[in-house]
Amino acid sequence: MRKGLSWFNVTSIALGFAFLYIPIVLLVIYSFNASRMVTVWAGFSTHWYWQLFQNQQLLDAAWVTLRVAFLTATVATVLGTLAAITLTRYGRFTGRTLFSGMVYAPLVMPEVITGLSLLLLFVAVDIDRGFWTITLAHITFTMCFVSVVVQSRLVTFDRSLEEAALDLGCTPFRTFFVITLPIILPAVISGWMLAFTLSLDDLVIASFTTGPGATTLPMRIYSQVRLGVTPEINAACTILIAIVTVVVIVVSIMTKRQELERQRAERLAAAG
Amino acid sequence: MASKATGRWLVLAVPYLWLLALFLVPFLIVFKISLSQDAIAQPPYLPTFDLAEGWAAFKEAFAELSFENYGYVLSWDNEFIEAYGSSLWIAGISTILLLLVGYPIAYGMARAPKSIRPTLLMLVILPFWTSFLIRVYAWIGILSPEGLLNQLLFSLGIISRDSPLQILNTDTAVYIGIVYSYLPFMILPLYAALEKMDETLLEAAADLGCPPFAAFWKITWPLSLPGVFAGCLLCFIPAVGEFVIPDLLGGSDTLMIGKVLWTEFSVNRSWTVSSAVAVLLLMVLVIPIVFYQNLQAREVERR
Repeated sequence: MRKGLSWFNVTSIALGFAFLYIPIVLLVIYSFNASRMVTVWAGFSTHWYWQLFQNQQLLDAAWVTLRVAFLTATVATVLGTLAAITLTRYGRFTGRTLFSGMVYAPLVMPEVITGLSLLLLFVAVDIDRGFWTITLAHITFTMCFVSVVVQSRLVTFDRSLEEAALDLGCTPFRTFFVITLPIILPAVISGWMLAFTLSLDDLVIASFTTGPGATTLPMRIYSQVRLGVTPEINAACTILIAIVTVVVIVVSIMTKRQELERQRAERLAAAG
Repeated sequence: MASKATGRWLVLAVPYLWLLALFLVPFLIVFKISLSQDAIAQPPYLPTFDLAEGWAAFKEAFAELSFENYGYVLSWDNEFIEAYGSSLWIAGISTILLLLVGYPIAYGMARAPKSIRPTLLMLVILPFWTSFLIRVYAWIGILSPEGLLNQLLFSLGIISRDSPLQILNTDTAVYIGIVYSYLPFMILPLYAALEKMDETLLEAAADLGCPPFAAFWKITWPLSLPGVFAGCLLCFIPAVGEFVIPDLLGGSDTLMIGKVLWTEFSVNRSWTVSSAVAVLLLMVLVIPIVFYQNLQAREVERR
């Protein structure tokens, strides 16, 4: 079998990426359109971006969303990492099946069900709905994603390092922070980012669990999108896309550099 | 070593209790409310259980529970059964389309030189990081009657300006939307399975005179099946309950259960019926969900 790519492989990759990217690129291009008519090009303009920064409702919603996402990602990373440790390091324990079920099910659970069930819980215990209920809901479903990402790192790393530390009298607590955490850190960081963007992105669960006064950006965008395509929304979307793209690229370069350094250190250790 | 045991216990207990309280208990509440009746009250259903009122009141409230809402949802007079059926149908067709579109891409990526694979992988993941809502929204501008696709086809002289293609607000738009939004979920497990494959198997087949297509069918495809199952389940299950895509891209006759549940809840304001709809949806999905969990758990344990 000849190595490398056949014309079929190249075509399918090219078409696939065209399909994935053309809609996003078009959206970005038309956010710079001078005309209010979204589909008629009338020259380059940043008018809609200025308009956007005067839209107080949208800015408020963006602020709420960022706070929810930051809190969600931080708490979900801690809980998800704990869950991952439990599932990879504890072996069999009573209630394990239920636990792993609860960790994996939210990954595929339709959002309408998660949203409805959490809303009914919040109503049953009678807490005021708003910022905090959205955050609680987001933590619950994103921690499962974090757990899966961290688990995949925990199962592949060399456990003898942990065992050596424990044999030498290091406490489990210290072993985790000195040995385990530095090794799984890239996975923990991607888990945090995943939780952050999932929370930033969520419309359905937030709509169910919100209350008066807490409108997130997706909810605001959604209510405007239903009225039709506007260049202002294109501009808002473009800003979001730009932020996410920069963050993802920076983090992936960071983790790659870290990985290379680790490999070099391992080679040095092996040679020495 | 009491503190060690306590620490160990805490690591387990914190996420466990969190998920019990915010994932399992809510489901039990949904189930209970699905057996209740709508009421003009706060909360808007009856009966409510209040342990403070004593055991007799509790028993009385318990007797008021009934399967009435299920009878309502499962009656042929209402459109719920149709909605379940058409959701499964739309999700099924979309999953097949996703597999057809995703497999060649994942295959090409797995065959690409090792040095560019991480970049390709990142390019697949990147759209997934950008908002779901934005990606669905992008298609409205493309598919609408005066949208970019019709403009393109018109300027190429394929269609006339008076009769634009009517794609937005049809089931076709829903298929496009689902395939577009879920594509990374299909490609990633397929790629993971295909990348692990031992290329020498294909070399051996070629040396023994097996034509490439037969080699693909007899070696590559069976070895990629775990990825195929994972990808299909990862797309199919959420697609059945999809709400945003049918709402924004579908037409008024696009019937999907996620949208029906939402309407029942936010427009008709019937919490009890929407709970019954949710419980039944979960029952429809429980087999694929359990199947998916086993697949995931085995994947983690095997490594």
